[in-house]
Amino acid sequence: MSDVEEAVTRAHHDEWARVVASLTRRFGDLDIAEEAAAEAFATAVERWPADGVPPNPGAWLTTTAVRKAIDRIRRENKRDDKHKEAQMVYDNTPPEPLGAIDDDRLRLIFTCCHPALAMEARVALTLRMLGGLTVPEIARAFLVRETTVEQRITRAKAKIKAARIPYRVPAAEDLPARVSGVLAVLYLVFNEGYLATGPDTDPVRHDLTAEAIRLTRLIRALLPEDGEVAGLLALMLLTEARRTARVSASGELVTLDEQDRGAWDKALIAEGHRLVRERLAAAGVAPGRYQILAAINAVHTSARDIRDTDWSQVVALYDQLVHLDSSPIIALNRAIAVAELDGPEVALAAVDRLEDKLAGYHAYHATRADLLRRLGQSQQSRAAYDKAIELAGNTAQTANLTRRRDQLR
Amino acid sequence: MQYLVSVIDDKSNPGSTDRRPAISAFNERLIAEGYWVFAGGLADTNAATVIDNRGEQAVFSDGPFVESKEYLAGVWVWEVPDLDVALNLAAEASKVCDRKIEVRPFQ
Repeated sequence: MSDVEEAVTRAHHDEWARVVASLTRRFGDLDIAEEAAAEAFATAVERWPADGVPPNPGAWLTTTAVRKAIDRIRRENKRDDKHKEAQMVYDNTPPEPLGAIDDDRLRLIFTCCHPALAMEARVALTLRMLGGLTVPEIARAFLVRETTVEQRITRAKAKIKAARIPYRVPAAEDLPARVSGVLAVLYLVFNEGYLATGPDTDPVRHDLTAEAIRLTRLIRALLPEDGEVAGLLALMLLTEARRTARVSASGELVTLDEQDRGAWDKALIAEGHRLVRERLAAAGVAPGRYQILAAINAVHTSARDIRDTDWSQVVALYDQLVHLDSSPIIALNRAIAVAELDGPEVALAAVDRLEDKLAGYHAYHATRADLLRRLGQSQQSRAAYDKAIELAGNTAQTANLTRRRDQLR
Repeated sequence: MQYLVSVIDDKSNPGSTDRRPAISAFNERLIAEGYWVFAGGLADTNAATVIDNRGEQAVFSDGPFVESKEYLAGVWVWEVPDLDVALNLAAEASKVCDRKIEVRPFQ
């Protein structure tokens, strides 16, 4: 890649969201902002090789995009009166008060993740408007057709316009609830990357996990005081740190107990631990679910090997989590930790109580299979593995479950 | 920006019937804060008649035929700056009415 190409790629990575967000504020229209931003980047590709990379690429791109947007509005609104046009050319908007909370990108995030939009629409819109991913890229990531992604984005934009979803950072009293919606979108993107579904996709999609981390870092920069934002970032970093050790050369999922801990990314772990310690030191508000999940992952990543893990602390953290979130999946994960502390029999009793709620979930059957194996109940274990294999959607996971089943005597 | 705010009741699991004083108090507040445009509760769907005059002559029929168990029980029209304001009020309205609420912008 030439230096100029690299500069364009870097600018796209660093400046896309800023350009789209600032144009959205100025023109009040996501379509115009997105199209003008795309045109500005296309112009950069044409012009930078000849003219050189401008000293401030972000400012160059924003100025170019504003011109493109005005051109477009003029073309589309030829009959508009002079007055309106003049307003567009001369930016009358008062300068924004400085401070993280007023960042244009933050407004854009809250608009894209508005609770009045369907979850799939929020994800697609966030990846497009903030991540700068193309429609084909989003479609590939979520294994849906491009027309479906296109439709979701178009519909969401139409709803934002028609229903008047405001382009605004929510008021202080609404902020915690709205931030949690944003974090849910980012966690969903991360998880889809970390345990990708579908028979023809890579088991781990680094592009998606990396994008989720990048956007979470952005939110953290914009909302540095929010504990759950820090918690989610730590959780993602500590999970991502284990990525390369998680799938074997033959494409099989390697579970935590068998992973080569030397292959874990030390820099990501150090950063994750730093965030967890920062949250532990913070006084006041009780930790939310992301902070607790991050703390659990900090315990795992502190252990030299699986036997060295402080299981009593893991179980204590799960107890705290169960308090916040009564979901059966949390209860299942708690039972897995209980197996290490109190033995497989106690854990199996806890897992069996979840049957009503989790009978359709592969991890429920995989956990039962493992516990039954440890209790020497091979036949029942085999049946549970069969069920787990049938329900698992991730290729690496299926390979792991199949091997474990076939090892049973 | 005006929104039609519909109160949706459920035939098989109706909301409680003692909501009138609370709704009146909520209406007072909507008026005081400048959001109130119009409001009205609707009689039961049995009292409705459907008119179809798209053919040669007008046909009046008993109805609508409410196949779904949910039906419109009342409406508001609110004048508010944006959807977030409408949604916050609607969340309150749902508690006050003990029913589901739909918020839909006018074109």
